[in-house]
Amino acid sequence: MSAILSVRDLEKTFGSIVAARDITVDIPPQQRVGIIGANGAGKTTFINMITGYLKPSKGTVRFEDRDITGHSTREIMRSGISRSFQVAQIFPSLTVFDNICAAAAIARGPAGTLGHALRPLRAPETMAEADAAIELFQIARYRNTRAATLPQGVRKLLDIAMAVVGWPRLLLLDEPTSGISIEEKFALMDVVMTALKSRQMTVLFVEHDMEIVSRFADRVLAFYDGTVIADGPPDVALSDPRVQTLISGTKVAKAESAHV
Amino acid sequence: MATRANLVGAVCFILLAAIAPALPGWFLSLTTIAFANALVVLGLIILWRTGLVPFGQALYYCAGAYTVALLARWFKVSDAFVLIILGGVIAGLIAFLIGFLLARYREIFFAMLSLALSMILYGVLVKTESLGSTDGFSVEPPTFLGWAPHGQALGFALYWLVLAVCAISAVLVSAYFRTAAGALAVPIRDNEIRVEFLGVSVNRLIHIKLVIAGTLGGFGGALGAMTIGHVDPAMSYWTTSGGFVFVTILAGAGSVAAAFVGSLVFEIVRSIAVDVLPGFWQLILGSVLLLTILFLPEGLGSIATRFRRSKEPAT
Repeated sequence: MSAILSVRDLEKTFGSIVAARDITVDIPPQQRVGIIGANGAGKTTFINMITGYLKPSKGTVRFEDRDITGHSTREIMRSGISRSFQVAQIFPSLTVFDNICAAAAIARGPAGTLGHALRPLRAPETMAEADAAIELFQIARYRNTRAATLPQGVRKLLDIAMAVVGWPRLLLLDEPTSGISIEEKFALMDVVMTALKSRQMTVLFVEHDMEIVSRFADRVLAFYDGTVIADGPPDVALSDPRVQTLISGTKVAKAESAHV
Repeated sequence: MATRANLVGAVCFILLAAIAPALPGWFLSLTTIAFANALVVLGLIILWRTGLVPFGQALYYCAGAYTVALLARWFKVSDAFVLIILGGVIAGLIAFLIGFLLARYREIFFAMLSLALSMILYGVLVKTESLGSTDGFSVEPPTFLGWAPHGQALGFALYWLVLAVCAISAVLVSAYFRTAAGALAVPIRDNEIRVEFLGVSVNRLIHIKLVIAGTLGGFGGALGAMTIGHVDPAMSYWTTSGGFVFVTILAGAGSVAAAFVGSLVFEIVRSIAVDVLPGFWQLILGSVLLLTILFLPEGLGSIATRFRRSKEPAT
């Protein structure tokens, strides 16, 4: 099957600093890709280049056989890619339902056109979309809670639900479990991954916890010094000696011993 | 819900229109001015909800007023309906052009830049001798589809005209608040990054809001010019803008109706204050503002909301 996302020789430099280089990756549809790497290894730069937040210095990004290199964030978001954030980006003054409603209203149809802008925010189909997303992410209990008062885990789920409500085909999750306690991490990822699977989404997620990666990823991209040093199924990639010494350190040893 | 609010609004406007002959003359003109100003405030509310406070909204008010005055003076246009529409259109056009710059700024920079732009218009008008400089010039009484009323009849005609424009604007702005573009006000205030990453241009949404607010400001100015019968550069001065901001704080940005109630209350308080304590009326207005901020931070409109909430069963 041909790749949904195809990245060739991607490079990003800031002056003399090379933030990312020689990144060439093909992601087939519905694959769940875990992205690992130490801070400053180029993970977020990679995500930012795909979402148009940063313009690559070199190389190409193709999504569903369309060249999206250097397109604006808005164009890329409308073409079927969406993302969540390391720090949940939500609307604190609105309720959970209104947060997702707003996201659904924007995501429906060709945004930017007059007809789209003038459609009611609370159209019946938008509200149905929002409630479906609330069900999907199991946050019905918080439906009418103001987002500012939500627990951290629910914030994360809301953030992802807002990214998902427009039915993107590719979703980028930037550290979905950051700020979540170890006990809650797996439950949260279970909810997220089940939800995304039911919508047949291709997922790229940045994650520091190797146990989460080995449990939820079909494939691992290991970043070091701006480039991919290992690419393969979790058991292969995580046992790569370079990955063990450069990225996971002692953590991977723990993950390994847990596996054996 | 929306239709009920429209119905209540319609009844209020019809009542206000019907009682016109019973109102004392001074109150009639006070209400006419208050409701003309309320249109500017309505525009301010649109921006306010987005977290933007323009300190220069008088620019559009003044533009609408001078459009009317100059059309009457240079082109002998006297029909009130044509004048209002053109006043709004010209002000909206100015807002559209300025919007390319202004829509990129937020917070204090937005506030001060809008203030600076209104003061530029003030400066230009003050320096233009042919337009009467600081004195301004008078505006010919308008005609209404060929009918040219005078005296008391003109007062009634203008009062009804203002009511009609306010009613139409109120309906359209409420409808706008329910659309995706209109409802994306709090989300923009809360988190622009998220809105952008959902695929919409925040700057474009704000640009649209600026044009709507500017057009409403132009309507207000056009009606103000006809009612007062005179225009002068002070209409663009920063204290005029400050007055509109004052009324918006008093009214609150919570509802469309609040703009009209707030504006009317403001005019009443001001005329009473001027009457009772001619030298100290600013002191009274200042105290009212202070009390509003202390006890009604969400404005007069929040009284209605509180009342409604207290009647609803707790959920």
